[in-house]
Amino acid sequence: MRFFAAFRIAFRALLRNKMRAVLTMLGVIFGVGADITTVSLGDGARVMVQQQIATMGENVMLIFAGDFRRGGVSFGSGSSSALTMEDVEAIRREVQGVRNVSPEVSTSRQIIAGGMNTSTSITGASPEYFAIRSWTLKDGAFFTDQDVTTAAKVAVIGATASKNLFEGGDAVGQVVRVSMGGSSGGGSIPFTIIGELNAKGASAGSFRDYDDCLIIPYTTAMKRLLNTTSLRGINLQTETMEVMPMVGTQLTNLLRQTHRISGGRPDDFTIRSQDELATAMSSTQETMQYLLGGVAIVSLLVGGIGIMNIMLVSVTERTREIGIRMALGARPRDVLLQFLIEAVTLSCTGGVLGIGLGMLASKILTQVKNWPTLTSPEAIMYSFAFSVIVGIFFGFYPARKAAQLDPIDALRYE
Amino acid sequence: MSQSTNSTAGEPVIRLKDVHKTYFTGELDVKAVQGVTIDIHKGEFVALMGASGSGKSTMMNILGCLDRVTKGDYLLDGIDVSELDRDELADIRNEKIGFVFQGFNLLARTSALENVELPMLYSRHKTYDDREEKATKALELVGLGNRLDHTPNRLSGGQQQRVAIARALVNDPALILADEPTGNLDSKTSIEIMGVFQKLNEQGITIVMVTHELDIAQYTKRNIVMRDGRVVTDKLVTNRLMAEEELQKLKVASEAIQMIPS
Repeated sequence: MRFFAAFRIAFRALLRNKMRAVLTMLGVIFGVGADITTVSLGDGARVMVQQQIATMGENVMLIFAGDFRRGGVSFGSGSSSALTMEDVEAIRREVQGVRNVSPEVSTSRQIIAGGMNTSTSITGASPEYFAIRSWTLKDGAFFTDQDVTTAAKVAVIGATASKNLFEGGDAVGQVVRVSMGGSSGGGSIPFTIIGELNAKGASAGSFRDYDDCLIIPYTTAMKRLLNTTSLRGINLQTETMEVMPMVGTQLTNLLRQTHRISGGRPDDFTIRSQDELATAMSSTQETMQYLLGGVAIVSLLVGGIGIMNIMLVSVTERTREIGIRMALGARPRDVLLQFLIEAVTLSCTGGVLGIGLGMLASKILTQVKNWPTLTSPEAIMYSFAFSVIVGIFFGFYPARKAAQLDPIDALRYE
Repeated sequence: MSQSTNSTAGEPVIRLKDVHKTYFTGELDVKAVQGVTIDIHKGEFVALMGASGSGKSTMMNILGCLDRVTKGDYLLDGIDVSELDRDELADIRNEKIGFVFQGFNLLARTSALENVELPMLYSRHKTYDDREEKATKALELVGLGNRLDHTPNRLSGGQQQRVAIARALVNDPALILADEPTGNLDSKTSIEIMGVFQKLNEQGITIVMVTHELDIAQYTKRNIVMRDGRVVTDKLVTNRLMAEEELQKLKVASEAIQMIPS
């Protein structure tokens, strides 16, 4: 009952100076807002990475040309030409515990069918690639080893690319023309679509749309499109998750041997398991999130100092009021509670508004920038709790100052 | 207005026995009050007078339980308050004393009703379920029943002091303590306020008032004059002024002035 009364008193006091209350809250509003936004961005990115890694396939290992471990975590194009089909053959022959192996080359090209054209990513691979990456067919068939041997001009199309070209119509049996690109002096090659893939669909707001693709035999890609003998990478699927480290060791030994890399020199390839990819990607994000979270906490602290400042001013300004309250029977504790509640009310209201602001900012980022965000209930709870703590922490000193005033001096204060 | 239970027939509301108050201010000890002994009984209306520096403000603080005595005993409504700590003094102020100040000391931007409700919010031993009703009654008693939701800046000085008086009596205190209640008011409003006090006193409420104005003291029943921290005069008021009569006289006089042809 008395606590409730203290709340009423504090609330009335705040309402008497609305403008100041709002301005004081701003610091906390922006602090909590920034906090919620960064956490939402981080959580959104983390969930997205998890989904992407999961859609990649099961027990997948990737080998890239070049040693990327030096430069931290960058796995872009296979710029050096260290991997060839001989490596793939050697792996097939000698490495234990591997279920499927597929070479991979890739490029991005304009493709045309009828009056429509679109730019899509083209992957050259062996038939095992579909099993490794967990692709399933919606219609038609995958290409075969026979197609690889003959470097057949056949293609399997992804859901997005199919939609872009055929607008929902039947893709299988159609012919698409793949442009040769500028270096070859223009022209294009016709490919027959023999299969259409089911959408993976887990790419909302992602870095790339895995369904926007055209998959063709690697021989066709290397000879007819890219005129190259080197691979971008090698895809592997191990028999179980447990054998991954063992497979990794074998691969390293084998590739160092076939590439004739002697003792002290570094690898000219990089092996990554799915797990490592996940860890690498999320650790980058984690670093970013800690950084942004740090900024948010600093701004929340600044907001807290703002509250303390205004509460100190308020105590001085209302010295006489404190004197009156004490004369009328307020105990020091009552005064302490009143000012503490005022501070906490300020920080809490600011916190709630900040949570709203942060959620709004996250929504806008998702809509406008297409960044994935996820505002978890935990994030909201922590932010709210933190703003309460800020209120108590920064409100305590001014409140204690008010409570320790002598009623006689306070009443006489002009 | 029912009085507190502790004051039985013979027992005074205020009993001061050889009260001393000394301020220790480093080099010089200021002996503000030096051996004051007074009894004030229920239903009395006392003016505590004296020039500045006479110790009357210190007495006021002691009587109001805002300050503690250095030596001697102070019994308020039968309770020895010289031994109480800050919290207990706050409770005593809340339950036993109603304050009226020279500067009115109302909370700004707060309605008359809410100002009067304030002491009840701090009440520890009684809970008031009818705060608003009690506050309204107190305001009606001082003639402000039609100004309940007015904030102090919309009230005249006299009206503000009436709100303060309503606030002072809303907790049914044993004693109303008024510190220069007419100090900020013009003479006519001062008489009106003294009228309010006289009316309350007729209903049995004990009032102690600090003032340095002789004519205002004439409206009370008993005058205690202090000098240099001691009581020099303590006498009942003869020729007591009654506010109603004085206001009537003023009215006649002002009418007479208006009748003088210019």
